[in-house]
Amino acid sequence: MTSDKSKLGFFLLLSPLLLWLMTLIILPHVGMFFVSISEKVGVRQYETGFGNYAVFFNEPLYWNTFARTAYMSIAATFLTLLIGFPVAYYIAKLTKGRTKTTLFLMCLIPFWVSELVRTFGWMILLRETGVVSNFLQYIGLVDGPIEFLYNDAAIMTGLVYTSMLFMVVPLVTTLDSLDDSLIEAGYDLGGNGYTILREIIIPHAMPGIVSGCIVVFMLSLGNYLTPILLGGKDSLWFTGLIYSQFITRFNWELGSAFGFLLLGLSSLIVFVGLKLSRQSLTETMGR
Amino acid sequence: MITGIKQSPFFTWSYRAYVILFFIYLALPLAVVCVFAFNDSQFPSLPWDGFTLKWFFGTESPSIGVFNERSIIRSIGTSAFVAFWVALLSVFVGTCNAFLFTRYEFRGKSLLYIVMLLPLIIPGIILGISILVFTSNIANFLENATGLWFDNLRPGLILVILGQFSFITTFATLVISARLQKFDLSLEEAALNLGATKFGAIRSITLPFLYPAMIGAGVVAVLMSFENFNTTLMLVGSDAPLTITMFDRLKLGSTPVLNAVSLLLMVASAILGLMSLLLQRKSD
Repeated sequence: MTSDKSKLGFFLLLSPLLLWLMTLIILPHVGMFFVSISEKVGVRQYETGFGNYAVFFNEPLYWNTFARTAYMSIAATFLTLLIGFPVAYYIAKLTKGRTKTTLFLMCLIPFWVSELVRTFGWMILLRETGVVSNFLQYIGLVDGPIEFLYNDAAIMTGLVYTSMLFMVVPLVTTLDSLDDSLIEAGYDLGGNGYTILREIIIPHAMPGIVSGCIVVFMLSLGNYLTPILLGGKDSLWFTGLIYSQFITRFNWELGSAFGFLLLGLSSLIVFVGLKLSRQSLTETMGR
Repeated sequence: MITGIKQSPFFTWSYRAYVILFFIYLALPLAVVCVFAFNDSQFPSLPWDGFTLKWFFGTESPSIGVFNERSIIRSIGTSAFVAFWVALLSVFVGTCNAFLFTRYEFRGKSLLYIVMLLPLIIPGIILGISILVFTSNIANFLENATGLWFDNLRPGLILVILGQFSFITTFATLVISARLQKFDLSLEEAALNLGATKFGAIRSITLPFLYPAMIGAGVVAVLMSFENFNTTLMLVGSDAPLTITMFDRLKLGSTPVLNAVSLLLMVASAILGLMSLLLQRKSD
């Protein structure tokens, strides 16, 4: 009797989960895969084949954009790590008590604000009539207005800014768990700042570095707003191509294929990152 | 905090300067958005033409304030409607999932857990298009089969809600599970010993224990829903939520009214964000 009841409870709890995952995650992706391997041969006539993927590989614009999105995202990830690591170390190891909490919260608060607002802020700063251009003229460094928007550096600035939180938080968490006496012992044994960073701090922080990098890379890869608004019309970001295939060109078959390529790249990076650091998805994401 | 090690003052100061620069970098874009909401000019840019509140309260064209701008007010309403349903659904399913994953052992549990985490690593725009493709195919099929119209499966608010729900539920599940794992099962057993039914014990002992996490997850869901852009973009119909309306305005070039909306958004999300942090602290 009890076991029947608990079985009923089990299925009652299982059904929302299955309903959610099946109808909104699994089936849509399976469906998208089938759309991506159907080629349009005539009005309302389709054939199964990998033609859409062939289009991708035969059109330089498409795979150039794909490669560009990938390496720009990798660059953004490294920059974020480079800029974020010293700050995370400072928060985790060189402050304590209330200062630490305050600094940590200050890192979080900007990210409760919509990405759109953050990008808008960068547009106000970087545009030709913007704050930076005016400031440079005011202090006499340049003579005329300068356009800082609509180039790769602007995209990079925005991407790094948008993903900073996802790097700093895991870094602070792992660095926090590093025992200070290990660092002190390193110095006692004659190490200098560089060797201690290389031999003690970075190896210990590796899980945080990996999970931060994975999340930042995924977010940059899948970003749409920042490249479009800060990079302008010629920003050439792969999500932009997907959007135009779906909404402007109404070529869902090609768009689905693009979607799968992006999904494949992003999953591959996650997989490789996890394998390299010998972590599991459950540990990395479950935090 | 490490105190035993002497660093050169130059190093210490340049390190400090770096951290200060970093926080300026974090604050700068948000600060300029706020400041230019009060600029008495048609464009959110320099020169500074004096302080004004017209971008909040203005009634006359060309400087209609937020509170009198009908399209923005309507889209805030749309966003609130979407956020409400997303929060409700995701907290409900998240709570069910939390009970399932912390209380039951079953075959395929770890696999199911991984699938449950997948929405975190699928780019938002792909979640959007996959749901778009799927529902459109179902709608086409049903319309061909029955001859009726299934507009609810076409881009629109219901799809936006479903799309946001599809990944926010994962966050809700994680937040609520974390709290449920800390629950002392003996409390529930005590209630059972005292004659409570299983369901009664959960309702009067376990659920109240979970409320802070459930409310926290709800707040996070509202925030994420309000600021979601990528998934929403692919699924939106004629009723645009706030981020979409703002994006369309931004592409056309903007007046400081967008700064005013952004400022209001920031204040609202700061309040909600702090609330969720406090709730999390309370539940720890």
